Amino acid sequence: MTNEELKIKATELVPSATFEEGGEWLTAQIDPGNWLSLARELHNNAELAFDYLFCLTCIDFKTHLTMVYHLTSTTYRHTLVIKSKLNRDTPEIETVSHLWRTAEFHEREAYELFGVNFLHHPDLRLLILPDGWEGRNPMRKDYEDPINIIKL
Amino acid sequence: MADNTNTGTFPGEVHNTPGGGVLVSKLDDVINWARSNSLWPLVFGTSCCAIEMMSTASAKYDWSRFGFEVARATPRQADVIIIAGTIVNKMAPVLKRLYDQMADPKYVIAMGACATSGGPFFYNTYSVVKGADHVIPVDVYIAGCPPRPEALLHAMITLQEKIRSGLTREQIKMQKPEQSF
Repeated sequence: MTNEELKIKATELVPSATFEEGGEWLTAQIDPGNWLSLARELHNNAELAFDYLFCLTCIDFKTHLTMVYHLTSTTYRHTLVIKSKLNRDTPEIETVSHLWRTAEFHEREAYELFGVNFLHHPDLRLLILPDGWEGRNPMRKDYEDPINIIKL
Repeated sequence: MADNTNTGTFPGEVHNTPGGGVLVSKLDDVINWARSNSLWPLVFGTSCCAIEMMSTASAKYDWSRFGFEVARATPRQADVIIIAGTIVNKMAPVLKRLYDQMADPKYVIAMGACATSGGPFFYNTYSVVKGADHVIPVDVYIAGCPPRPEALLHAMITLQEKIRSGLTREQIKMQKPEQSF
């Protein structure tokens, strides 16, 4: 599918979605509440067949967090980027680890670094950070660590 | 007696006598000379400096010319550890353990900005050790990000000269400039 066709299809699935264009890939901005149903459709719909989640990450914009999902289809070779704004104080979004298995540890990474709570994740715990880092999210812009961080 | 501490030649003098010759040397010098020419590095690389280290090991730069070719995958058989890359807080105890497992005499080369001081990760990082010398003592530092293979070779030759001079780290610090190797 071309970006234009993807845009029409995504609008059908989530009417409230807004789009960014101009880049190589179409980027859809959605509400976190729509994510699970959209993800299920993107993965299972035979015309879309987004079978590969090649990047899952989070960005701290100080006013809010944004989850970013890069999806591609190994069948059709089309790519779609999904962004979703989260409340910074209680960041919550549904897990997609049952759709794309790779999300399981990517979500654990976003959980430890940004404190995003992935609802219904099967095993949400620290990925790389050592024990004792629960609740301290070092990639947040306001993270303070006077012992290890030399500020510039 | 000639001062052989600056060169890789055998430290000693041959006195020709009828029917052969007599070699005069100091056992300490011979041991240091032998050690310096057969340094076995540990296979250890934590980031992009390791790519340069691999390049130094391969055909174009070929560190086996200086006796470094026997890279060992176990610290128990290695003489020198080249810290090729960033050391993070989580890696620090592993590095310490590797160093402790190496048999004496053992030597350390801090390769590149990260291993020397934290380098590009000196400011605003929660995870990086600001210099591997916070964890283990370092013999030779190399500047660069990453250093070129020539710089690594130079550091290795510097380490060899240091070993041949037979001085400890403290003795070298106390030396007057004109006496330094």
